[in-house]
Amino acid sequence: MAVIAGRPTRGALLPPWFTAFTGTRGGALAIFVVRRILWMIPVVFFVIVITFVLMHLAPGSPWDKNGGRQLSQTVINNLNVKYGLDKPVVYQFGLYLWNVVHFDFGFSYQYEGKTVTTLIGEGWPYTAILGSLAFLLIVPVGVGLGVIAALRQNTRVDYATMGFATVAASFPNFVIGAMMVVLFSVLLYQWTGGQFYLPSSNFGLDDHLVLPVVTLALLPIAYTARLTRASTLETLRQDYIRTAWAKGLPERLVVFKHILKNSLIPVVTTLGPTFAFLVTGSVIVETVFNIPGIGRAFVTSVESYDYPMILGTTVLFSIVIAVANLIVDIAYVFIDPRVRLT
Amino acid sequence: MALAQPAIDQPIDWDVAEKQVGLWSDAWQRFRRNRLALVGAVIVVFLVLVALSAPLLVQLGLIQPPNKQHVEFIESGIGQNGYLLGSDELGRDTLSRLMFGAQVSLSVGILVQFIILPIGLAIGLVAGYFGGRIDNMLMRFTDIWYAFPDLLFVLVVVSVFQQYTSGTVFLELLMIFGAIALVNWVGLARLIRGQVLSIKEKEFIEAARSSGSAPSKLILKHLLPNSLGPIIVTLTFGIPQAIFLEAVLSFIGVGIQPPQSTWGQMVNSGYENINANPSSVVFPALAIGFTLLAFSFIGDGLRDALDPRMRR
Repeated sequence: MAVIAGRPTRGALLPPWFTAFTGTRGGALAIFVVRRILWMIPVVFFVIVITFVLMHLAPGSPWDKNGGRQLSQTVINNLNVKYGLDKPVVYQFGLYLWNVVHFDFGFSYQYEGKTVTTLIGEGWPYTAILGSLAFLLIVPVGVGLGVIAALRQNTRVDYATMGFATVAASFPNFVIGAMMVVLFSVLLYQWTGGQFYLPSSNFGLDDHLVLPVVTLALLPIAYTARLTRASTLETLRQDYIRTAWAKGLPERLVVFKHILKNSLIPVVTTLGPTFAFLVTGSVIVETVFNIPGIGRAFVTSVESYDYPMILGTTVLFSIVIAVANLIVDIAYVFIDPRVRLT
Repeated sequence: MALAQPAIDQPIDWDVAEKQVGLWSDAWQRFRRNRLALVGAVIVVFLVLVALSAPLLVQLGLIQPPNKQHVEFIESGIGQNGYLLGSDELGRDTLSRLMFGAQVSLSVGILVQFIILPIGLAIGLVAGYFGGRIDNMLMRFTDIWYAFPDLLFVLVVVSVFQQYTSGTVFLELLMIFGAIALVNWVGLARLIRGQVLSIKEKEFIEAARSSGSAPSKLILKHLLPNSLGPIIVTLTFGIPQAIFLEAVLSFIGVGIQPPQSTWGQMVNSGYENINANPSSVVFPALAIGFTLLAFSFIGDGLRDALDPRMRR
């Protein structure tokens, strides 16, 4: 690296105790974490700005009734005053930001007297359970398939696993969901005895979760399996693995202690994007299976111009994804000591 | 337990002085040897033919017009009442609607890439070449864009602009192109920047610069052609992504509105009448799946063919 003349090196103006602190690995890690957390603020801010601007570009008003009788002008004016829509946009934006900082996302337009926080709270258990069950399925199944395929490289097992992964990665969620419903709930109805339900309007958490969870998990499983296979193949080529085989370690030890531990490192990084998959995937899966979670609520709020609900859900989703990425990034530093903190 | 062994199964090629092959003919050779990629290419060519020939077949009377309703033949099964792939809840021919839906899917998939390309090129090349503060600013901008979940963003954008399009298929298509391009350019911009950053340090760039090349010439003549391979691969993988997003939008019910048929919409309406006639879900669902599969096969094939590290 050439040193550019006339430009102070980084940290030259900082006090010596500070550079001494950041010089250690623990200090560098602390700085890294703080910087990542601070970086979330502009991200969430811009998400709010973009969504807010978009929503206010929309020509329709939230009080438009589709086809039916329109509200009278007086009622509309009153509603506008009630929800602050008569104020200038900049004022509305400032007010909204102020409220978001206090975790107040405002009142929903489509459900009289309910706050966005309440609505999200109602949908949350469904989405959370669906997501966590899927997550529990993704890691062992995806990693397992990937490792097996890599250990049996270029055999039928490998081809079958990778074929499955390719198909699962290419077929969209809602297509897989619809196809599984056709298969298990319609064509095989006699055989399954109606154990797999048809999507109904009154979904309960004690209802059948198998099809939705599998639908949600399939795509991340496919990605995880492909990635695990690739990184395991990489690990298998290392000298220390050859040594482990050569000194006669049992297969179980080599696979779990030497191969898996090292090949899982890149897999951890994808858990952040996997989380994002689960969040956006739940929008689709909840629509397909008619589950009253946050994703379904988001779709209905988009259809009915429920600005506060759309903003609230989008902000919430972005925060969830940002936090997941943050956790993964930090976890990565601990798992892989070679990683550079920049 | 088979160990991974170093590959020496290929005979050593003693023919030292081979005929010179260029990058593209070499890549084509490798692509041609990839059977899955060829299958994908055949499927895509077939789809393009189907999409283009659909209006002609209607003219010739070989298939029904896509919006012609036959109340007496609703929910026909496969092959019933002269419907090769059955009919839907309004008695419309599934085959014909699939063929016209292919027009929408293919045009969204391919045309979106033409919007993404200039944006990604401009931002990626500028950020990568000039570096410094410009790079930092542009990359922070793409970071923020990246943090936004794709599907949510497209949904919000489409729901906002839907009222301007007022049921005109052309305007709806434009809106969908725009919305999908808006979320997908980020990946390409980042890729191009990365390419430029790595190529910029190579000796031949230094040579060109020291012999007095202007920045514009350096970018267009040296940096761009050398990062073309990965750009093509990324654009190819962008096609199924765009098709997927459009299908999800029409499945949810925003985006392109009926009576224009799209595959996502067909899955949706067939799904609601799933008990009466599963075939009206199965065919559009399979069409979406296999189209995406075909494009990702082509993408994989192109990646293997254009990656110089795989060169023998």
